[in-house]
Amino acid sequence: MADSGASPKVAAKVTPFQGVHASVAHDSALRHVTGTAIYVDDLPEPAGMLHVHLGMSTRAHARIVSMDLSAVRASPGVVRVLTAADIPGENDVSPVIHDDRLFAQGEVICVGQSLFAVAATSIAAARAAAAKAVVEYEDLPAAITIADAAAADLKIEASQRMARGDVEAALAGATNRIQGRFAIGGQDHFYLEGQASLATPREEGDVHVWCSTQHPTEVQHLIARVLGRPDHAVTVEVRRMGGGFGGKETQASLFAAAAALVAVKTGRPAKCRPDRDEDMVMTGKRHDFEVGYDVGFDDEGRLQGIRLELASRCGATTDLSPAINDRAMFHADNAYYLPAVEIVSHRYRTHTVSNTAFRGFGGPQGMAAIERVMDAVAQGLGLDPLEVRRRNLYGAHGEGGGHNLTPYYQVVEDNVAPELIEELARSCDYEARQRAVDAFNTANPILKKGLALTPVKFGVSFTTTHLNQAGALIHIYADGSIMLNHGGTEMGQGLYIKVAQVAAEAFQVPLDRVKITSTTTDKVPNTSATAASSGADLNGMAVLDAAGKLKGRLVAFAAEKWGVDPSQVAFAPDGVRIGGEVVSFPDLCKQAYLARISLSATGFYATPKITYDRKTHRGRPFYYFAYGAACSEVVIDTLTGETKVLRADILHDVGRSLNPAIDLGQVEGGFIQGMGWLTTEELVYDAKGVLKTHAPSTYKIPTASDRPKVLNVKLWEPGRNAEPTVHRSKAVGEPPLMLAISVFSAITRAVASVGDHKVMPNLDAPATPEAVLTAVEDVRRRAHG
Amino acid sequence: MGGTIRFLLDGQPQEAAGVDPTTTLLEHLRGPLRRTGTKEGCAEGDCGSCTVLVGELTTGDDLDPVNWRAVNACIQFLPMLDGKAVMTVESLSTQTGAGCAGKPHPVQQAMIDKHGSQCGFCTPGIVMSLYGRAVGACGAGAPVEDVLAGNLCRCTGYGPILDAAREVVREAAPDVAAPLKAIQRQAMLSLAHEDPVRGVTRRWLAPRSLSELAAAAEANPEAAFVAGATDVGLWVTKLRKPPQTLIDIGRVPELKTIARVGDSLRIGAGVRYVEAIETLAGRYPSLGEMMRRLGSTQVRNSGTIGGNIANGSPIGDMPPALIALGATLVLRRGERTREIPLEDFFIAYGKQDRAPGEFVEAVIVPRGPAGQVFKVYKLSKRFDQDISAVCAAFAFTVVDGVVIEARVAFGGMAGTPRRADACEAALIGSPWTRESVEAAAARLDEDYAPLSDMRASAGYRARAARNLLVRAFLESAEPGVATSVLAEAAHG
Repeated sequence: MADSGASPKVAAKVTPFQGVHASVAHDSALRHVTGTAIYVDDLPEPAGMLHVHLGMSTRAHARIVSMDLSAVRASPGVVRVLTAADIPGENDVSPVIHDDRLFAQGEVICVGQSLFAVAATSIAAARAAAAKAVVEYEDLPAAITIADAAAADLKIEASQRMARGDVEAALAGATNRIQGRFAIGGQDHFYLEGQASLATPREEGDVHVWCSTQHPTEVQHLIARVLGRPDHAVTVEVRRMGGGFGGKETQASLFAAAAALVAVKTGRPAKCRPDRDEDMVMTGKRHDFEVGYDVGFDDEGRLQGIRLELASRCGATTDLSPAINDRAMFHADNAYYLPAVEIVSHRYRTHTVSNTAFRGFGGPQGMAAIERVMDAVAQGLGLDPLEVRRRNLYGAHGEGGGHNLTPYYQVVEDNVAPELIEELARSCDYEARQRAVDAFNTANPILKKGLALTPVKFGVSFTTTHLNQAGALIHIYADGSIMLNHGGTEMGQGLYIKVAQVAAEAFQVPLDRVKITSTTTDKVPNTSATAASSGADLNGMAVLDAAGKLKGRLVAFAAEKWGVDPSQVAFAPDGVRIGGEVVSFPDLCKQAYLARISLSATGFYATPKITYDRKTHRGRPFYYFAYGAACSEVVIDTLTGETKVLRADILHDVGRSLNPAIDLGQVEGGFIQGMGWLTTEELVYDAKGVLKTHAPSTYKIPTASDRPKVLNVKLWEPGRNAEPTVHRSKAVGEPPLMLAISVFSAITRAVASVGDHKVMPNLDAPATPEAVLTAVEDVRRRAHG
Repeated sequence: MGGTIRFLLDGQPQEAAGVDPTTTLLEHLRGPLRRTGTKEGCAEGDCGSCTVLVGELTTGDDLDPVNWRAVNACIQFLPMLDGKAVMTVESLSTQTGAGCAGKPHPVQQAMIDKHGSQCGFCTPGIVMSLYGRAVGACGAGAPVEDVLAGNLCRCTGYGPILDAAREVVREAAPDVAAPLKAIQRQAMLSLAHEDPVRGVTRRWLAPRSLSELAAAAEANPEAAFVAGATDVGLWVTKLRKPPQTLIDIGRVPELKTIARVGDSLRIGAGVRYVEAIETLAGRYPSLGEMMRRLGSTQVRNSGTIGGNIANGSPIGDMPPALIALGATLVLRRGERTREIPLEDFFIAYGKQDRAPGEFVEAVIVPRGPAGQVFKVYKLSKRFDQDISAVCAAFAFTVVDGVVIEARVAFGGMAGTPRRADACEAALIGSPWTRESVEAAAARLDEDYAPLSDMRASAGYRARAARNLLVRAFLESAEPGVATSVLAEAAHG
């Protein structure tokens, strides 16, 4: 669709050269603001297109006694009804473990599970028909909560243990020791564009699918598996998504496979686009966690030993939960050295929708756990929480003494957290403001303030090592225009423009000479999901590889034709310098074409250095770490629990930014999204496993006025990746979300002030007004009661 | 069968014939008109991705004869657009060809320059809200955060959008007065359409006068009344239970006025929030602050105070406030009208004191006694555009340190918006002290047995309700004590 939504040619426009490190606007900015950017549901609907609606389970766990769809089939406008029996291949749309069904068979395992597909001439007809299904269930015992699953010992895999040192001894001999627990709620992605797929049948039962997905390759492979066809029979294409955030990594496959199956079975194009409520009920979310901690520490607040127990609600199937919960363990140290540590992670299977990837991928929950511990230690000792955090940081870069070893035995080699924290503490005037907050709290009986500064250290790489690969394809046409394609997808994060900048930089050509094309499985195969913040790191390097090959050919050609040494050929903004001559890039390309030089190349990249043994949870899962820190100030109302974030100061390390404007957008947007996760966004399931918050009327993501009035966001100027990543940049997609943990710590501190910091608040996330008021009243009782 | 809806798009007449009257403007734009810039994000008026501007002729002979409002196209029924003008995101730029962006409008350019779009899906709606603000279609002088309260963005964190908003300068909307006048109809719009899916004939009636409305209502006692469709719209898009007959009260001039009757305000049932907010905020600043947070710009631009009452919801925010103010409700059936205390309208959950064929004509808000303290508080998970867990309204008159009058009403605490009799009784005659106020607050437990739901637990509702009475006391008796986190954020 992008290819047709071409950027307009404005006569005689001269675009100045803008390569990497320039704050170029998003590639689709003009199309976004004018409404000409095309999303799947905006594509012209092909003649005869059918609308696909999925019939859903109304039970959390039940045997399907019978399913009578005769009334559905007879309903006006219905063309075809498909069930598991109609699947030619495997009834499987799962990413790893083969346990997600396209259509339920025999039993249902969560409310909202897909039972059957209705294809009709209108979506209204399809929905009305689906409502006529007569499904008889026999209820089975259902585990809805973590506690239910723990009681029944339902897990998606064995609990995992990551440990280093003698924790038992460290805790037994600790100077001080505290235990506690808290809960962290889940989060809906709330991408503004819901899931959507449009499938068009092709010859021989092949199918082409426009899909709003972060993982076109997986969607392709799963559709092929459902159809019982080779991967080459399926092409999946995605130009852009209206937001993804992890929610379109594995979750797109269900809808795409349903549309593809209808298309292949009927020979007609088919679109499957659930509405907002269906989408929220049917698709997975961020895992909610329950955390238990047992921590020993000296009188200065330095940790001596810690045992963390992380329990998560994985939902009905495995999905990506093993890796997500692994990442929670990987981030349960955050930026802190844990001398003796044991992290145990329970992955509970519940009869709720299968939870999935969401920006941070478990990391935020692990990090929230250790930051809670820091707050608890500070409270226990009556110390400033920032001071406790400082004392526990990994040693600065270059320091020895073993204080750089993570619980998974990776050495932290690029630690910039101490410098970055100090710079932020200075620039945000932390100490004076902490005093001002205390003064405010003394003077105000009803409103209470809190201030907190928390760091972020986030490991970059897929922890499933083989996923750290990427491919690219570049064509240079005879007129010198460049077609750029790679495996990364654009969901708003600015990947396409960043990678285009990398290509423009390589050839030293204006950006508008580089055509960014939709991500398509028939151009670059076997791609990984655009996830784990890796999009620019992986695809940028793959593009550099392809560009390097093409430049090599052009240099060799120019050197030979002009009779100069290859070292005398250089690409520059004003043209290609060949000896003393300057030849325009288009001219050189034209001549290379005439000389029968191939002007098309693929590129490939595999992240070096990384290795991981999941059995022992040891290795170097991450190529490098991204760092940041945030300081947030909040005010709470102790009569109602209402909370307002007054100010936040953020300093974030993106290495040498490929595009500072795009990166700032990621940092600020991630922070606000994280703030929503920890404050207003609350997922509520009833006792029968029905999600009660399934639309924006009941599920509250931040609005414009929730943004703190003062929000100072800065990229860390000295930032430079210690590893040779693409132009020494760092990943930016996920890490900033966790800057919002500072908001939660600040709220916790405000609540603690009600009891003069004598007791640690029992505040769970999200800190809704109800959670805050409950914690305030509890603190009052414990501190004064 | 049939009937043709006529409206303007970019000043050009459009006709829609043979459509189901519950077709939404959004469906019509994205389908037959191929205006896919307007997006569906939620189909319930909560995300703003479908924001468009609707212009209508004003009744007076103003200098500015067309009144523009930003609304959510997803819950505007197409017949509501009859005789009106529509602008979409595509209206703003000069397109150079099908699908080509062309030259952006300054609002759009500001969004580009400030990096205000990431995924771009909410962007057309945000552009329309910002443009709407520039042309006066988003309330008078509202801060940009309020203008955007109904536009959700999941990517940017809003900063760049707010930056772009600062670049936007006031301008005039295109003048469509003449073509609008040309498409006005004299007779009542009446539509009928066979719903092939449900096998029923759906009808739409848009009376042009109070007497026509009264006749239509009596003739169709089962009909659903539609004013702004901010509620009925969801019966179609969410509940998927479109009414068979709908009566549009938005064309009845008698229902669209705010009149001063003696010292009281008489607010017609068709008066939109946006049209009443200035008057009400002038009399009751606390109510103005609550209405600022009720719904969103788009919702307040469509929804009516009458609708908020008539739908009988236990969680509407206007009823508790109006009950505490001693409002009365005027109901009409045929030529007969009756006036009842507003609280008496709400009989039980889902049941109101309204006979078949009867409709709400107006609500009358008296001016309270001199020195009356009036406070209304809205508690919700999110400050903007969120349905209240608890809405509390208090009207007190204190003379010589003693409460001589108290009206306390809550929403969200029972199956209906209701007065707190026991609490009121405890207050009246008591000294205006924290002790007696806390004692009266404790009596709220006798008045209400709230439910737990996804918005809040019963326990929170009960505790917060008591504390809100304490807040009201503190704000009037101890003005030095800060009690509002919003005020702290604004001035702190």
